[in-house]
Amino acid sequence: MKLSENWLRELVEIPVGRVELAHRLTMSGLEVEDIQILGQGLDGVFVAEIVAAEKHPDADKLRVCKVDIGRGQPLQIVCGAPNARVGLKAPLATVGARIGEITIKPAKLRGIESNGMLCSGRELGFDNDADGLMELPADAPVGETLAGFLSLPDAIIEIGLTPNRSDCLGMHGVAREVAAEFGVVARIPEIPAQPATHADSLDVQLASPQDCPRYCGRLLRGINARAASPQWLKERLRRFGIRSISAVVDVTAYVMIETGQPMHAFDASTLVGPVRVRRASKGESLKLLDERMVDLDEGFLVIADSSKAVALAGIMGGHETRVTEATTDVFLEAAYFAPSSISGRARRLGLHTDASHRFERGVDPTLPRQAIERATALLIGIAGGSAGPVVEAVCAEHLPSRTAVPLRRARLQRILGVAIADTEVGRILESLDMQVSKTAEGWIAVPPSARFDIVIEEDLIEEVARIHGYERIPVQAPRGEITPAAIPENRVAIAALRLQLAARGYAEAISYAFVAADLLKAWGIDESAITLANPLSAELAVMRTSLLPGLVSALDANRKRQQSRVRLFECGRSYHAGESTPIEVERLAGVAVGDAGLEQWGEPCRPIDFFDLKGDVESLIRLTGSAAEEFRFEAGAPAWLHPGRSATIWRGTQRVGYLGALNPRLQKTLDLDADVFVFELEVAVLVQRHVPVAAKLSRFPSVRRDISIVLADDVPYAEVEATIRRAIPERLVEIVLFDRFTGPHLGKGVKSLAMGLILQDGSRTLTDQDADNCVNLAVSALATGCKAKLRGQDGADEG
Amino acid sequence: MTQSLQTRIDAALAAIGAASTLEALDAERVAVVGKSGFVTDQLKQLGKLPAEDRKVAGEQINIAKNSVLEAIQVRRAVLEEAAFETRLSGERVDVTLPGRDSDRANLHPVTRAMERICEIFARLGYDRVDGPEIEDDWHNFEALNFAPDHPARTMHDTFWFPDGRLLRTHTSPVQIRGMSQRKPPIRIIAPGKVYRSDSDQTHSPMFHQVEGLLIDETSSFADLKGTLAAFVRSFFERDFEMRLRPSFFPFTEPSAEMDIGWSTENGETRWLEVLGCGMVHPNVLRNCGIDPERFSGFAFGLGVDRFAMLRYGAEDLRAFFENDLRFLRQFA
Repeated sequence: MKLSENWLRELVEIPVGRVELAHRLTMSGLEVEDIQILGQGLDGVFVAEIVAAEKHPDADKLRVCKVDIGRGQPLQIVCGAPNARVGLKAPLATVGARIGEITIKPAKLRGIESNGMLCSGRELGFDNDADGLMELPADAPVGETLAGFLSLPDAIIEIGLTPNRSDCLGMHGVAREVAAEFGVVARIPEIPAQPATHADSLDVQLASPQDCPRYCGRLLRGINARAASPQWLKERLRRFGIRSISAVVDVTAYVMIETGQPMHAFDASTLVGPVRVRRASKGESLKLLDERMVDLDEGFLVIADSSKAVALAGIMGGHETRVTEATTDVFLEAAYFAPSSISGRARRLGLHTDASHRFERGVDPTLPRQAIERATALLIGIAGGSAGPVVEAVCAEHLPSRTAVPLRRARLQRILGVAIADTEVGRILESLDMQVSKTAEGWIAVPPSARFDIVIEEDLIEEVARIHGYERIPVQAPRGEITPAAIPENRVAIAALRLQLAARGYAEAISYAFVAADLLKAWGIDESAITLANPLSAELAVMRTSLLPGLVSALDANRKRQQSRVRLFECGRSYHAGESTPIEVERLAGVAVGDAGLEQWGEPCRPIDFFDLKGDVESLIRLTGSAAEEFRFEAGAPAWLHPGRSATIWRGTQRVGYLGALNPRLQKTLDLDADVFVFELEVAVLVQRHVPVAAKLSRFPSVRRDISIVLADDVPYAEVEATIRRAIPERLVEIVLFDRFTGPHLGKGVKSLAMGLILQDGSRTLTDQDADNCVNLAVSALATGCKAKLRGQDGADEG
Repeated sequence: MTQSLQTRIDAALAAIGAASTLEALDAERVAVVGKSGFVTDQLKQLGKLPAEDRKVAGEQINIAKNSVLEAIQVRRAVLEEAAFETRLSGERVDVTLPGRDSDRANLHPVTRAMERICEIFARLGYDRVDGPEIEDDWHNFEALNFAPDHPARTMHDTFWFPDGRLLRTHTSPVQIRGMSQRKPPIRIIAPGKVYRSDSDQTHSPMFHQVEGLLIDETSSFADLKGTLAAFVRSFFERDFEMRLRPSFFPFTEPSAEMDIGWSTENGETRWLEVLGCGMVHPNVLRNCGIDPERFSGFAFGLGVDRFAMLRYGAEDLRAFFENDLRFLRQFA
């Protein structure tokens, strides 16, 4: 909502300057978003009339003008504007005036003396019109300062109005609000009734009174639709960003910005009465003023004549019944449409109009008649013609009524945390045009008809607080009891997981939760994806089902920015269609590419491999404090991973996630230039842990026995380890795998593993015999369970 | 002492003094007091002396022996020290060379700011809670007092799903869930992602909020002011001018937006809007089964990304979600 400061000051005595006014508006809830100052630096600029204009003898495009500014001899001005003509009234900057950065001086243009400058709108900072001189109306008084003539300077104050304050969508409403803020009375002009001078009218029928309980119309005959709006009217509209179109259109717009009541004017000759306000029927269509055809249904309210819909009520008029230059009879409309009958309708059609904006939020239901009277007076004054009687159709039972709202003194103090004096509360409520009466507990207030937002006690509390001043409410600490909730220690905090990955060189990323459908398809993980109905773009159209596609894209973008070694992780949700409700899964994912470590002077570089990533994942698992065997890595994973270099991670029967190299096919599809390793874990499964229970330490020394076995290469190490654990259930403390190799001397498909077994007993020191027994148990279990032999047996290479 | 003993002692002392290695020194020790060293010999010979001479001779030999042992000890210390010197002078590293395995990255600035915000409120007794990002109309709008087609809904450019669900436009739905599941007094904080279909330098279609809610039998607008003032001071570690100005949210009444007075480099103060807040609307309390006559409370929702931008001087919100390592690495 834009408003003119000068106009506002006409309507209400404001005891402060512009800066303070803007501050007070903001602090009362009308947030000032911008102030644009118009018409500064117009000293020495006058309304002038060109009384003679001749071609410059030495320049085709210049004219030598004689210009009258009402002081003695006309001035000689050389001017290049195409519209410089005799009789034109235009602004003249006289010698000494400063226009922008230029100070006007007497000059010779191609040898002819020029004593000032005729100006365009752009040169004066009004608009961007640089095509010619700013044309002033024929009745502009020659010799008056331009600033005086245009009521300048002025400031356009732009207010970001919240949807509850529809009462401030007109100058009168803002003036009332400002008056309350400064404790003064607004000078809203009386709108006198315009007597009818003919008896013709159109009947109005309220066919849907709950949607439109009041409709005022008036027939004006014999108006001159070609009449131009006067300068003051154009100027006021211009300050609200409204371009002058014609007297009829300008007047309806003006009444709206003045009173807040949207209006419409029909060419009466196109209407066949009666005028009916009714719901549209399904299949009905209407060509709007902007020539767009819209298909309507019962949800829309229309103005119709006897045969068809002629306007979309509260939103926009129809094209066929619009006022044109040929119009002589006008039917003016000002109505009250219920907000619920207009809300959302314009949006459904992709429209947003000044009228719909106001009606959706609520327009004072008492305004229509006043608006008709005001528009009649203005329009007849400009375009002539005669007015018929005002036709008003009302259905009182559906008009909104303002109900009395109680305000309890104790409640006011409780909610605000401060006691405000009764006299101040009463003063504030009355200043807001409420009818106030005192009760034993406080007050009862009936809000004015323009205020749709005051319904309950809290609404009144806000009004009191607002006008009293939020800044005058004290700052205090809440007094309530603080009972700390239990901090669950049976879960690893996500913050700890994040820090762990950061400590291992992974930078935290945050990616959009929506991705391109094609991307999920390329990964083959689009099956449970949920699609947005109104995405911003195809790139952001589908909710991700994994964090990895986004992370790998980010990794790739970084590679393309010369980052050869990239580690990124993200903690966030994936989203999946569910049976009844969508499923959101908290996940932790990481991606890595490039060398295993930072390039270093003393260490050789080597490319990252599966076990680097596995180490990163195991470092997360270690945070759970779980026994190593609680988590299992099983070969094989979804198709987007390399079939031989990937694993599914299990925790008991729960799947934690996946780990591995991206499948080279996917890598090719995604056009990635290096091997990428990834992992993705389900947070809820990963983070479970037990609160640790301290165990008694053994006082007896441990012993280590190393064994070296050869066995088939396809026996997973995990099976070897499990076999040993089963074989030595009590005394085995730890198994350390310290060597693994394959080679031609072992034979094809055979590997060697070397392990240290750490053995200990809780009740005594183990003897050599004890240790040997343990080793023997392990070896024989490995022989049966894993077909493993001790190295050196059966001629196996001693290596 | 015999002449010859003295001579040999003197010679030994000289040799000890001249020993240049620990080995040489040890050879000298062996020659004097070793199993067949000459002093050991002398001691062995004592028994052959007449009884009256033995005592004197023994004392003399012991003095001589001690003088040698002492000299050896002194010399050993010197040689050991020299050996350390030699070893240490050969064992120098260039301490300016980079260390091994120093790779370390950092959290995202939004996470950093979010953790900081939650930490502050945790100290004030707020529990951290969570809610779904794919919400239904009830929790995101209706229960928060947004009637269907209410113009306030147009302030929330909403991403919809074909089934009528939506991506939450604010973290306020967590208020509804929190109040429906708990009994007052309630102090909860709900950090999370929120979504609006809007994108430019200061708007991202996905961003982060932290919702705070306090419900009890005494809380007031003054408490809200106090809470927010304490929070801002704690977050920025600075005192700010701050102001609450009237605003409108369907789920709070009275409602306010908070601005902080941000000093620019040229000394001007700009008011920056950092959060929306207000006293929880009685309809919202009733929607959650809480008696608004007995309980009151306040709620606030702050833009984490905005706080991160201010705190860390980032100017383009979109950079937060581009995951450019050069950008991310700055926030270590």
